[in-house]
Amino acid sequence: MAAGAASGGSSQSDTYKEARGWLLLPAWAVLGVFVLAPVLMMLVYSFLTKEFRGGVIWEFSLGAYDQFFCNRGLFGDEPCSIEWTYINIFWRSIWQAGAATILSLVIGFPTAYFIATRPEKIRPLWVFMITIPYWVNLLIRTVSMKFMLRDQGPLNDFLISTGLIDSPIHIINTNFAVQLGLFYSYLPFMVLPIYASVERYNFNLSEAAADLYASKWVTARRILLPAVKPGVIAGCVLVFVPSLGSFLAPDLLGGAKNFMIGSLIEEQFKGNAGNWPFGAAASMVLLTMVLILLVVFARQQARAEKAQ
Amino acid sequence: MRNAVKRYGDFTALQEISLSIYDNEFFTLLGPSGCGKTTLLRMIAGFEDVSEGAIFLFDDEIETLPPNKRPVNTVFQNYALFPHMTVTENVSFGLEMLGKSKAEARARAADMLELVQLTQFAGRKPSQLSGGQQQRVALARALAPQPKVLLLDEPLSALDLKLRQAMRFELKEIQRETGITFIFVTHDQEEALTMSDRIAVMSAGELQQLGEAKEIYERPRNMFVADFIGETNLLEVSVDKIAKGRAACHLGGGHELTCNEVEGVGVGANVHLSIRPERLFLSETATEAESLKGTIRDNIFIGTDIQTLVQLDDGPQMMVRTSNSDRGNKRIFDAGRPAFVNMEQGAARLLVD
Repeated sequence: MAAGAASGGSSQSDTYKEARGWLLLPAWAVLGVFVLAPVLMMLVYSFLTKEFRGGVIWEFSLGAYDQFFCNRGLFGDEPCSIEWTYINIFWRSIWQAGAATILSLVIGFPTAYFIATRPEKIRPLWVFMITIPYWVNLLIRTVSMKFMLRDQGPLNDFLISTGLIDSPIHIINTNFAVQLGLFYSYLPFMVLPIYASVERYNFNLSEAAADLYASKWVTARRILLPAVKPGVIAGCVLVFVPSLGSFLAPDLLGGAKNFMIGSLIEEQFKGNAGNWPFGAAASMVLLTMVLILLVVFARQQARAEKAQ
Repeated sequence: MRNAVKRYGDFTALQEISLSIYDNEFFTLLGPSGCGKTTLLRMIAGFEDVSEGAIFLFDDEIETLPPNKRPVNTVFQNYALFPHMTVTENVSFGLEMLGKSKAEARARAADMLELVQLTQFAGRKPSQLSGGQQQRVALARALAPQPKVLLLDEPLSALDLKLRQAMRFELKEIQRETGITFIFVTHDQEEALTMSDRIAVMSAGELQQLGEAKEIYERPRNMFVADFIGETNLLEVSVDKIAKGRAACHLGGGHELTCNEVEGVGVGANVHLSIRPERLFLSETATEAESLKGTIRDNIFIGTDIQTLVQLDDGPQMMVRTSNSDRGNKRIFDAGRPAFVNMEQGAARLLVD
């Protein structure tokens, strides 16, 4: 570096460029090994033929995608008509993940706002407290949720004891139980980005709006919300995407009826009964959808930044 | 605006302040940081509660109203422009909130932008403007709803000197044009003196003096005001004789000056005396009965003037200000030379502590 700096402008920047290239190598290696390679592997597997005891035969096949999208009748010899089974599972997954995201937003936004408006010194404490439950393994948290929501569980016991209800509400094994489970699993991913953006918000702007005759509600909608929108969008993406592919909450809380795409994929790789190429194909479809979502999000973000 | 009494509870950031601000007035709250001037302004705007007392605006009691119900608008210190809105949207925001139609709000915003000479920037976002331009947008935004009173919280403090000086005249001009009462908060005494009809000098949550700029400068009521406004020689004196409204004041070292009598200061009192440096002049020989003999210590060049520090024989030091045009090429100002300090009549002013 010192030699480069001494020998003048252009060679100095060349040295920097070269060094920068080499310094980026570990990052590229990590990305390559842990992101690119698995995705490529999955892409390849989705175009292979299934082995009956799990695994694949190295022979090109569109069978997995065909199975996903095409209904060829009971004996598999009819022409392709749309297979609704998996699309329905997908649709339900989107719906469930969407509901969980909205639930997280409704609870998470006031929480984040509350934390961001505490005195600066105790804010980290609040954030810390939000994260404490997440030190426990997700599986254990989801199982304990199952116990909480049971017909004879603490939640129903409590509601009956307060006299709000006479007989237990059936929550477990419903769509709502899955939404609750997903909400609980990913709530911090909603709270933290919103907290970060509210904390950066200049509350002087709210004062200025009030000074200019805006009510509290109008101020929140027209001044606060546009300012914290990037945080809200980030939070929604961070909850929606993992919810979409989640399988623990639907498996444990939703019962057999409330199958989601994550469970479908998981089953294809379990034991000997699975179908690897089909699982890989379903994963690819999921991945594509998430990518589309992220591109939309990135565009939105870029537009928001340009506006500022 | 009449009869504004404000008290501030337990912490007492402001102690029982009572003042009246007239219609059409450019009124300045002046004081060092932490003196409570901004708190007072925020109480008028409605951002701070009034613990005790009342604020009246044209006979209406307003201190219990929320900010969005008060017919006053504020120009904030950091402008607080809405970053996601264009200049026009910013300026028309208040009017839209008042229920004006979009077209009407836009038209009025255009008028306001013309007033602050920003018409060609109407479509820009605040981040695309310079500090001075943002300042004007903030001003236009606050003026657009035609408030009864405009509050300005150190609006010029973030600008550089040249721009600040230009904005002083512009603000004053706009105030005259619109006829709106301006309440202006600043810690800059020069700003206050050049723009204000009247000034309220504040310190430690208390009102020290209220009056026109000239009055505050020439007849400061106490030590704080004399010291804070402009430059002055503050000298400890003991009062000797009082006769016919005049008092003989001893500066120590046998030096004596004639001061105006002040209520509350009797014979034998040890008080302070304020003399503005520009009301003193130097001479080689004793020209008046009360010429004070001393030695030149130092000269400080400050552009149009020269400040000369004089050590009185066996007495205190005094600062004398001479305009450069008066100085010519006399050599009496060189350091180390003996000189006499003379005072214009009536320039010495006794202060209540």
